[in-house]
Amino acid sequence: MAIFVDKKTKLIVQGITGRDGSFHTKQMIEYGTNVVAGVTPGKGGTKIHGVPVFDSVAEAAAKTKANTSVIYVPPQFAIDAIYEAADAGIKLIVCITEGLPTNDMSQVYHYLKAKGIRLIGPNCPGVISPGLCKVGIMPARIHKKGDIGVVSRSGTLTYEVVYHLTLADMGQSTCIGIGGDPVIGTDFIDCLRAFENDPGTKAVVMIGEIGGSDEEMAAEFIENNMKKPVVGFIAGRTAPPGKRMGHAGAIISGSSGLAADKIAALNKAGVPVADIPSQLPGLIRERMSPRKKTVKKTITAAKPAARDSAKKKAAPGGKTKKKTVVKSKRKLKTAPKTKKRR
Amino acid sequence: MKIHEYQAKEIFGTSGIPIPKGEVTSSPDEARQIALRYEKAVMVKAQVHVGGRGKAGGIKYCAEPDDAFFAAEEILRMEIKGLPVKKILVAEALDIASEAYVGIVLDRVSKKPVIMVSAAGGIDIEEVAQKTPGKIMKFAVDPVMGLHGFQATSLAMFVYNDMKLVRQCTGIIQKLYDVFMNSDSTLAEINPLIVTKEGTMIALDAKINLDDNGLYRHPDLEAMRDLDAEEPDEIEAKKADLSYVKLDGNIGCCVNGAGLAMATMDLVKHFGGEPANFLDIGGSSSPEKVISAMKIILGEPKVKVILFNIFGGITRCDDVANGIVQAVGHLKPSIPIVVRLTGTNEDEGKRILKGVGMEATSSMEEAVKLALEKAA
Repeated sequence: MAIFVDKKTKLIVQGITGRDGSFHTKQMIEYGTNVVAGVTPGKGGTKIHGVPVFDSVAEAAAKTKANTSVIYVPPQFAIDAIYEAADAGIKLIVCITEGLPTNDMSQVYHYLKAKGIRLIGPNCPGVISPGLCKVGIMPARIHKKGDIGVVSRSGTLTYEVVYHLTLADMGQSTCIGIGGDPVIGTDFIDCLRAFENDPGTKAVVMIGEIGGSDEEMAAEFIENNMKKPVVGFIAGRTAPPGKRMGHAGAIISGSSGLAADKIAALNKAGVPVADIPSQLPGLIRERMSPRKKTVKKTITAAKPAARDSAKKKAAPGGKTKKKTVVKSKRKLKTAPKTKKRR
Repeated sequence: MKIHEYQAKEIFGTSGIPIPKGEVTSSPDEARQIALRYEKAVMVKAQVHVGGRGKAGGIKYCAEPDDAFFAAEEILRMEIKGLPVKKILVAEALDIASEAYVGIVLDRVSKKPVIMVSAAGGIDIEEVAQKTPGKIMKFAVDPVMGLHGFQATSLAMFVYNDMKLVRQCTGIIQKLYDVFMNSDSTLAEINPLIVTKEGTMIALDAKINLDDNGLYRHPDLEAMRDLDAEEPDEIEAKKADLSYVKLDGNIGCCVNGAGLAMATMDLVKHFGGEPANFLDIGGSSSPEKVISAMKIILGEPKVKVILFNIFGGITRCDDVANGIVQAVGHLKPSIPIVVRLTGTNEDEGKRILKGVGMEATSSMEEAVKLALEKAA
């Protein structure tokens, strides 16, 4: 099991003929993603990597019954591309493009919300459910199928964390980069809720950064609604206030948005926060160990029983684990090597 | 991007928000000329990108043209919170009957533009919000629907009782909302919005922050960028499409991705070092970008080692490796370079580096430790 993308995903690539769109379409197909169509206005009727190209999303969706779209078009066309996908009936839109104007995004956000459409991003690496489906730009081979959910505001930092998880033989159910902008379609809480309800996920790694208060709100959600263990990492502990650190959302203004406040909020919610990324696997192991589990149970037992029992759906997931081991040996070329070197 | 008060007022002026008569200058002589022409008392106001100008002595009332000369001379010599004053605004002084606050900011939580109004204007609105939240009315606008007249009116009625003033204020709130949306602002603020003794409503101060992501469609606003108010290195980086923030340490960092770049700085500190900068070369990095990045880092004499931390996704390791090889050939750096390459096209990247006798590690921690050793 996984969240948001899996074997049922039928994907349209918007901007499939561009440098990045074309390159990553090939990579997604090689990973096993079901890419059913591409869209570039004016290039309808052609094919790229064997994928039929259409002039519009509406046409592509009608002919292929696609349910998901990924956007690689340049920023000045990306807002339009999101609306186009939404009006064509696509239910999950993943926007990789960065540099989208914030006020436009606030309009997009409320438009999609009213229609019940999920947007991931913009300015994000996408979503991958290892072994099942990859929608985005992340390097596939660092991933491994398993039962750890990963949600992050960053792109490459997510890869860094996934890399450490895989090295520690901890596979992932789904990894989502939600994007580093002030207005994003899917936030931490949306993903945490989905992971909590996903029988294939046993624990969650949450990677935050300075700026805004999303991590603090996520901490509150975890404290009140989650039974599965969550561990965290916050980037930007040493960032100076008032400077925008690359991500439009990563700016500390006044007293809010500081790494220290976010770490404190997470710790208060029972979420241990790693000092450096390589500590994360150890923290997960600790939180998942039987002894710690009982500690957590006594904490959660104080909460309303009804809520707890409703969430108690976690399946054993033994089957997935067996598959994982076999697959990973074939897929992972770099990771085991590095392991030996250590 | 931040713009100055006089620039924000230009935008207000063209949008129909009433502003006081005023002109910008860098010369005390001209300041006197302006005051002479206005034939009345003026305010001389420092134009810098920080708040609290008044408290720092950057705003002066001048009854006579000669006062304007001396005030201008004094203010132009000032530094406010570390920023030198290069320009002043000379504006007509007005008789103030009341001061209010009107501001719009994008709220990250509701993901809507939020309009805030208060009858307690002229002072730090954050302080009002903290100490007496009842004095502020907030309204989150549905950005798809836009701001309706009755909504602006109910905000105006929170501030004023006199219907004449309510109508004026309603118009100003609507126009400010249009400015906010049409100019891709992240903040648009009038503090204070005054009523003169004659009963006219005027935006006595103006503040607009612009969204960098929206600037591509506003060449007129981009032209308002004050290069004097920004770090020269950071301007250079912006031209090369890199995001760069100068810091104080000696470990030059060159990373792809903002999150990983922050984590790299954190890791350098964790192991006892000091990063010289934040530098994100972004996605799809071409070799040219790597060369520009190295040039900027090498321009900082404190830097003792350059640390590349690349985790390829949309960025390809071979592109970065080619950039490093070309940059080393071009710039012939005298300081050591430590490279970490992992991810998309990693093997090719490492092979390219090996061709010129450079090694790359796969581990970020190893690379950071090695960089610290070489800097010691």
